[in-house]
Order: sequence, then structure tokens, then C-alpha cells
Amino acid sequence: MTALPETTERKLGLVIDLDTCVGCHACVIACKGWNTENYGAPLADADAYGADPVGAFLNRVHSFEVEPDSGPAQLFHMPKSCLHCEDAPCVTVCPTGASFKRVEDGIVLVNESDCIGCGLCAWACPYGAREMDPVEKVMKKCTLCVDRIYNENLPEEDREPACVRTCPAGARHFGDLGDPDSAVSQLVEARGGVDLMPEQGTKPVNKYLPPRPRDADIDVLAPYLEPVDAQPKGFLGWLDRALERI
Amino acid sequence: MTSPQPHVETSPPVSDEVRKTTCYMCACRCGIDVHMKDGKVAYIEGNRDHPVNRGVLCAKGSAGIMQHLSPARLRAPLKRVGPRGSGKFEEISWDEALETVRARLATLRETAPEKLAFFTGRDQSQSFTSWFAQAYGTPNYAAHGGFCSVNMATAGIYTMGGAFWEFGSPDWDRTKMFMLFGVAEDHDSNPIKIGLGKLKARGAKVIGVNPVRSGYNAIADEWVGITPGTDGLFILSLIHCLLKAGRIDLSYLSRCTNAPVLVNEDTKSPDHGLLLTTPDGKHMVIDRHTGKPAPFDGAGVLPDLAGSLRRAGTSHRSVFQHIAERYLSDDYAPEKVARTVGIDANRIRRIAADLARVAFDEAIELDRPWTDFRGERHEKMIGRPVSFHAMRGISAHSNGFQTCRALHLLQILLGAVETPGGMRFKPPYPKPATAHPKPHCRVTPGKPLDGPHLGFTHGPDDLCLTDDGQPARIDKAFSWENPMSAHGMMHMVISNAHAGDPYKIDTLFFYMANMAWNSSMNTSGVMNMLTDTDDNGNYVIPNIIVADAYSSEMVGYADLVLPDTTYLERHDCISLLDRPISEPGAVADAIRWPVVEPDRNVRGFQSVLLDLGARLNLPGFVDDDGAPKYADYADYIANHERRPGIGPLAGWRVGDGAAESNRQTGLTHGRGGPNGAQIDAYIKNGGFWSAHVPDGAAFYKPWNTAYQDWAVEMGFYDSPQPYVFSLWCEPLRRFQLAAEGHGTRQPPDHLRERIKATLDPLPIWYAPLEDGHADPVEYPVHALTQRPMAMYHSWGSQNAWLRQIHGMNPLFVPTALWTANGFSDGDWARVTSVHGEITVPVAHMAALNEHTVWTWNAIGKRKGAWALDTDAPEATMGFLLNHIIHELLPPKGDGLRWANSDPVTGQAAWFDLRVRIEKVAPPRRSYPDPGGQDRIVPDPPQNVTLKVGS
Repeated sequence: MTALPETTERKLGLVIDLDTCVGCHACVIACKGWNTENYGAPLADADAYGADPVGAFLNRVHSFEVEPDSGPAQLFHMPKSCLHCEDAPCVTVCPTGASFKRVEDGIVLVNESDCIGCGLCAWACPYGAREMDPVEKVMKKCTLCVDRIYNENLPEEDREPACVRTCPAGARHFGDLGDPDSAVSQLVEARGGVDLMPEQGTKPVNKYLPPRPRDADIDVLAPYLEPVDAQPKGFLGWLDRALERI
Repeated sequence: MTSPQPHVETSPPVSDEVRKTTCYMCACRCGIDVHMKDGKVAYIEGNRDHPVNRGVLCAKGSAGIMQHLSPARLRAPLKRVGPRGSGKFEEISWDEALETVRARLATLRETAPEKLAFFTGRDQSQSFTSWFAQAYGTPNYAAHGGFCSVNMATAGIYTMGGAFWEFGSPDWDRTKMFMLFGVAEDHDSNPIKIGLGKLKARGAKVIGVNPVRSGYNAIADEWVGITPGTDGLFILSLIHCLLKAGRIDLSYLSRCTNAPVLVNEDTKSPDHGLLLTTPDGKHMVIDRHTGKPAPFDGAGVLPDLAGSLRRAGTSHRSVFQHIAERYLSDDYAPEKVARTVGIDANRIRRIAADLARVAFDEAIELDRPWTDFRGERHEKMIGRPVSFHAMRGISAHSNGFQTCRALHLLQILLGAVETPGGMRFKPPYPKPATAHPKPHCRVTPGKPLDGPHLGFTHGPDDLCLTDDGQPARIDKAFSWENPMSAHGMMHMVISNAHAGDPYKIDTLFFYMANMAWNSSMNTSGVMNMLTDTDDNGNYVIPNIIVADAYSSEMVGYADLVLPDTTYLERHDCISLLDRPISEPGAVADAIRWPVVEPDRNVRGFQSVLLDLGARLNLPGFVDDDGAPKYADYADYIANHERRPGIGPLAGWRVGDGAAESNRQTGLTHGRGGPNGAQIDAYIKNGGFWSAHVPDGAAFYKPWNTAYQDWAVEMGFYDSPQPYVFSLWCEPLRRFQLAAEGHGTRQPPDHLRERIKATLDPLPIWYAPLEDGHADPVEYPVHALTQRPMAMYHSWGSQNAWLRQIHGMNPLFVPTALWTANGFSDGDWARVTSVHGEITVPVAHMAALNEHTVWTWNAIGKRKGAWALDTDAPEATMGFLLNHIIHELLPPKGDGLRWANSDPVTGQAAWFDLRVRIEKVAPPRRSYPDPGGQDRIVPDPPQNVTLKVGS
């Protein structure tokens, strides 16, 4: 078993706006590209051009339909990656200490040199956010781009996770959710951000902004667009009067 | 167990160098930062400075590295050694390949240049490839627009001098209500997502009109799940509501459109329905100041929307009175159309009221004075903050042209085009149809064509017909069958060439077009046409040359393959002469440059075409001594001049042309002489050039003297070209007049009624033509395709990352059909159209029009193509709807071949398709099984473990 820090100095994480996410998978691939080239072993793809390709991804987009009691069905896209939980069961279950949560920012990482690929952490994670690399057989997970966010070789504006930098719709936000004054905390406050599956008791740091109500106007009675003139030929009379005014 | 926290390297080196170029993973042309390690491509992200994507990048763009490393890359020129379609080739040298092509084309050029058909697909160098074809002298050239979105582009140009996407976009920063029609998940990709993100952040309302609620429509605040093919009727009903309530912008209509122009009312006149002109050809209006007729652009003239005039015994009434008369008719009342469009009448009314409220009650005023082309000064720029965007969903129907026209009519009636908060054009647009070339088709053996192939027709005199009245082009573009086919009709080329209709050809030359697969209608039939032989055992289509970078299905049907580079290994220019990448507030162009050199025996196609042109001694390709004029495409990009001072790239030219020039360096933008260091300047600037539209010129562009002057300075045109929008589209009326019997150039009798009915000068709606052939009771279901955001055409399946997102494509079935057929997960269905049947896997989707099924476009692959294993799901489970969409309508018994296309533009009517579906026992694979081909490229790796920097 591996211990979690009692507290962390910051709680870095993501805020993901489900009202805005169009499900384009840009974040999925930007993540795949950066993390293949950076932290730990490359994210491998087994049977890459075959019948059953299996690649390691640290972030995936799930789509699901909701059929409300009234109004048409709705489709939502939910990007999902490690939520960097405060009470991360994936850490405490790790038999070697490979999984750990950083004291300074709360990021949950896997020290690959200590990982024996037992997979217990993936079983323990209620979110399915960890994936075994199909070739290297070490556990892979979102690093919150720990090698970008402090990286002095990157321009300051690029020191954010690859998924946030690339998101075309601006549906992903990064910051310190432990600081109530941070932009992300303010956004969570303003939009009623929620935890994913809070009943699991893992206290996830990442937050989701719920979709705004959809199709609210469908059954609204049409405001009366008053006809300009009910009489035949009346339109031209109206036109003439209206033209006098322009 | 507590262990010390491991050390993490948080500042690893990112790359040795960043090379900035232009993406080619779809057609949007975003700027990319290519991170290099050890001279290799390590990571790709968006370029923050680039006007198109501002740093963001979609899944395709980020996966570019896997396209660059794709196992499907061709490696050397190939000569076919087995039967066509078998995939049996041998590698040959470039000299042998080019000499083979030269010999063939040289003979044709001296005898019958039209026997070469050169068509390019996802070509981003059309101003160059068309220049080759014109110098060669064949009339048979076009790119892929005819089967893509020509209805959208053409309806926009004819109506208002531009359309959506490359031509214009919503004023994302100011619009307060946005309606999206028929856009799946693309075009344009990142800018729409960036824009939607802005609207969401501001809480502006988004309405998605689409039978399928996925992608952008999934995040719409309101979804209108319209019946496919009825968008035009819905829009005309909105227009009915707005007109009836007088909620239209009369000032705008009077000043900025041809609504006040006078129409000839005399049904016996050869000019009936044409616009009254002054002797020097200016359209005429009644001046409200004087009550007298005047040219529309006369200084100080205030055109009267209600004008009428009787002159020399002929009555004339304003276009606006025709508009009022037509759309106030109860035929367009919400109650009347509700059933057809599948939208409740109350809801149509409410959306009309929403549009009116936002446009007029929430109008925008910018304190920016401007002066219009009549000399009138306006103190403010008034904006109607409603905006629209539409693409292929409304375009790819046989009523698509008129539907697109209807949408533009709606925008214009609201005063929401080129005004703040509405739709804004992107320089060098707006540019009316009259400022574009006309099509040319006059062939002289051994000589160039008499002008550009593609353009805009304005009446029967502009059609591309032979002296005996037959279509002059192999695709029958600009013929009576589709007189305004401004992008050609690539989807008809193979079918017509095979049928010898209107004539036989010798050589088909395709660049970057997968015509043996997803880019053709009737795919199985096309594969047969490509391999069909005559009585002597010779192929009916004698020669096929294909240029492509990858082992596509079409490559398998080539006799000779010219292997192209990947997009990271080549020079390209994204030119203002072509399909620009400007934004409404800035004009821009860009380059690609080889961030790495190819490691295979491949060459950039444009350089190959320059070589070929020189070998053929084509004018422009050789100098006076017959030596090649350009060493390669980079040389052409920097040094070619299309007209004096105007070249492929507008940035960093030499001379004293534009005012923005830097006098010290002698460099200038827009007009100027060629600069040998131009490409280096682009590379230094991040791969692109852009110049901002001055604030006073940013809106009202067609009428704003400040914009017109700036456009001349930039070289878009040589003198100011102000114009008004054509609500009444006179070219359409000229074709109708011919069909009514006027004029010397007459349509064949079998087309008269169709021309009269469909080429109406005001927008109309008619049911998709397939409805007249496929019994709606027997074929009650509409069937559509959409392109996913994470894939582009057929390219994505060779990409190990992207194929894990979209590796198979079920047919999505709405709830009622799902239940009625007793489907459950894992089931299969037979899908039958009037043309044929396919057997495919199904999946349930509730957020879908109840009479519509759909699938992802081009996921299915032919076995052996794209370097995939033969048991890849793309080849076993994947499927194309194309097999059941014919390029022709069912025979009518008249012996004629009627294209399944829009009768105005020839746009392929992909989305007219009607089917029935029924459950079948799960088969071994999807059907039809088109057979396989040998793999042309080496076996792909089993696993991919990429790490360049390790």
C-alpha cells in the first residue's frame, strides 16, 4: 500500500465544460502525441493496422444520449481522464509505491521504473482512467502534462496541458482548484461545476460544468409577429408608408 | 508504505527546433508548429499566431505525425503489371514514368486534347493545376467541387458574391443568435469550434438545423431535426413570417440589393423577367427622391423598393414586389409546410420571431462612419446580430442550389450580411459572379484552351457546347443539363467516359481523388467501369494515370502511379488566386515547405506537373529557348506572375505597389514583383502572411468605398467593383427564357420543362428529384452520411491513432425504426434503394429525425488498400452508402442518361437517397464485398511505439 499526502499545496486540475464540448477528440490526440514523446514510455498501439488495434490513451471522449421526459433526445460528449482525486484509491492500492500523489500540486503520477504492471490501480480506479501500455506493460495515466506546465523550455503561454492548449471550442480549463480565487474555481462557482460520481468518495479534483438546459423554447407559444396589414394589397400600402420613414 | 516522492523532470527539452507550416489533414489549412528532434518530426501542435486556428488544433491535425509515417505511403513510381484493380505493380524510374506520360499526352495534344481528362480531388493548388490544363488545351479539367458543395459556393457567389467557409463566416465576436444548417462536423473545422466556444461563453443562442444531432448540433441550445431535403421550404416559411410582419431591413434592401431594380413584366417580351437597364447596361431603379427612373448606382439615388414603371408599352415592377407577392403566399405559411418539413408550425413562427427580435430589437451600432458607393455618408455601422452557416447538408440535394439561395435571401432580408453581428466576407471576397471568369471550352489541337475552364455562366451564350449543341466537356458541365456547374462535375467523369457520352476519351488523369471508392457514387458500378473491356479485350477507358501520396483504392486501378509526398515533405501555396484562408478582418495566405525531406523515391505532384509541362513544351512552362521555366514548385510559387504584379503569394513582394510597403527593404504586400526570397520570408513569419482590413473597411464591403479602395490596393481587382446583392438572379431567368423558346441557343426539348421549373430567378423549393423516382411508401427512410470530426474522407484509416476512434461505422437507426424492426445491439440490416442494396451493422440513436438513418462517411475500405490488414474492421464491417446511390437517376425509358445531380449546378445529390431497411441474420461481413487488391506497399508494423527523441 502506498500513502497519500495529508494535504497538497495546490490542487491542479481540469475543468471540462460539457455545455461546449463538441466531441471532436482533439484533446485525445493532442494528449496522445505529447505523452508519446514525453513522460515515460511512449503510448504504444498494438496491432496498429490490424483487426483489433489497442492503444494506450490517457484521455478518451465518451458520448451518450439522454432522453428527457419532454423534448427531443440529446447527445453529450464527455472527455474523461484521471481526475487527480484527493483520496485516490489508485495510489493507496499500489503495492510498490509507483503510484503517488505529488505534495506540491496534487498531480497523481506513476513512476514507471517502479511499476510492475500488476494493474491493481486500474481496478481500483472507479473512473477507468488508467490504461496499461499494451507493449511496455507499465501503467499509463494522465500526468496533467507535468512536463509542460512547469517547463521552462516552453513559452509561458504554452505551460498548460496539451489537451487544454489544443481544445478548439475552449471547453477545457486548467488551474488550481484549491484556490477559491483562481479562474477555474470561479468558473466552477459560476456554472455550478460538479464532481464525477461523488458517491465514490474519491474527492476528484477535476470538475465538470454541466450542460445548460437544451430545447427550452421548443414548446414556447410563438410570440405573435403582427401582420403589417390584413387587407389584400395592404402590404404595399405598408411598404409605402414604411419607405417614407427610411 | 511511505516512500520519498520520486523526482520528476518537469522541464525536459521539448524539441531541437520548431518548423511552422500548414496542416493538410483536412481542407481547413490551419497553421501548425512541427517540433523536430534529431531532424525528425516529433510532435505537432497548432500555431498560436495563425489567423485560421489561433493555436488550437483538431484531432486530425494533431495526428499528422501518423499520416506522415503512414505505412500506406507510396514509395516509387509504379507501372501496372496485373489486371486493373488487382494491385499488381512494379516500380519504375521517374524518367520512365514521366516519359511514358509525356509521350501519351504529346500525341493527344497534337490530335485531340479533349481526350485527356485531368481532374483533381482534394487539390489545394487548383489555380496551378488548372493553369496546366489550360496550357495543355483540354476542356476537361475540374476539381472536386461538383460532388462536394458547389451548390453552396455557387448560390452564394451568384446571390451575394460569396458563400460560407472560405468566403465568409459569422461575426463570432458580435453575433447574438446563430443558426447552423446542414453542417455535420466539419467545414470549417477549427474556426467553427472556436466560434461556437465564443458564443457559448457569451450565452448567445445556437440553433442547429440537422436531421442528426451530433457534433455541433449536439451542443446547440435548440435542435431542429428537420426532414432531409426540406430546409429550403422551412427557410421560405421563415421568410413568409418575417415579410408578413414587415420585419425586414428595408433600408438595407433598398441600398444594398437589387430588390428595387425594375423587372420586365411583359410576358410576350424576349426580355420578360429580365432587369431594366440603361443603354450602357446599368440596372435601373426608381429614385425615391425624384420618382423618376435612374441607374441603381447613380450619385445620391435612393432606390424605391415599391417602384414601377411603364415604358414603351412595357410594365416594370421592382424585384421586391415579386418577392412580396411570392413569399406572402399561403403556400409558405407555417401550417402549410409543417408536415413536409417535420417542424411544428408554432415553432417555425417562434424561430422567425426570435430572428426578428434579435436582428431589429437588439441591433448593434458601431461608431464607424463610412461612405457608400453612391457617395452617401453614414455615421454609424448598423448591425443585425443574427448569423447563419450552412454546408453540405443543404447543398448535396438536387434542390440544393435553390435552398442555398433561399438561405441567403433570408440573411439579406434581415440585413445580416456584411453588417456587424451578421455574416462577414473574407477578402478577397466579396466578389460577384460578374467579376469571375466565364467558362471556356474551345479546343485547338496543339494550342492552349481559349481561357479558364471554370467560371460563371450568365446565360445560354456562356454554355460549354460544341457547334452542334452537344456538351463540350466530358462531365457535361455548363451544358443544358446543369447550366451553372461552376465547379465541374467530377462525379460524372468515369461514368461518361465509360459510356462514351458525350464522347470517348483516351486518358484519365486523377490527382488526389479516390474515385474508385468513397468519392464516387455507385462505387461498385464505377469499379466495373474502370475494369470493363471492349470486344477486343481493351479497357473501355484506355489509360488511367493517378497521382497520390498513399495507397488508396483508386491507386489500385491506375495503369501508372505518380507518387506524391506527404504534406510535411512538400512546397505548397495557399493562394489568394485559389481557395483563400483569410478571415473577415484580415487577408491571409500561406505556404507549406518541406520540414523534412522525403525518404522515398517520391516527388511533390506540382513539381512533377511543372516537369511534365516543360517536357510537353507547354506555353508558360518553358522559356524562349524551350528550357524549363521553373526548377520546381517552390520556384513557381516565388516567381510566377498571373498578371503583372500578382503572383501566387501576396506577401513580401518587390516594388512600390501597396501603401503598406516597407520602403527601406523595397518589399511590399499585395501587388509587387516576384521576390526570390519570398518563401524564406514566409518561413520566418511562421508560414503565412496576413494584413488587416482597415477598421473603416471592415463591414459593408461590397458598398463601402474604403473597402473597395483597399481591395484595389491589395490587388484583388484592378478598379473598385461595388455591386448590389442579386436577390433576383438574372442568369437563371436567361436560361428559363431560352427554355420558353426565346433566343437562338435553345435547350433540347426534353430539358425545357425542368429548366422552366427549377431555374427560377427567385428562390424556390421543390421536392428532391429522387422523390419522383423512389416511391416514398416503398422507400420511406432518408439515408445520409456525415464526416466525423476526427477523420477526413478516406485518409484517416491509415492513421493508427485516428482509426482507433473511428474504426467502424454502423448505420444509426432512430428509435421508432429500431423498435419496429426489432433490432438489438449487434444486429444487421439490409438497406435497399431503387438502385441496389447493402448489408450493414446497425446501432440505435435517439437524437435523430425519425425517418432518417445515417452513417459515418468513408470509414469502409477495400481489402488490401491503405496498408491495412485484410481483416481490419474497415474492410470487413465498414461500408459505404455510395454503393446504393447512383450517379444517374433510374432510366425513364427515353434512352437518356439523367444525372442524379442538381439541375442548376450539377452538384451530386448524395443526400436525396431514400431507402428501406429490414433486419437480416448477421452475415460474415458487410455487403457488397468488392473483392480485394494486393497490398501495394510493404506490410505495416504490428505495433507502433513511437518515440523520436529517445
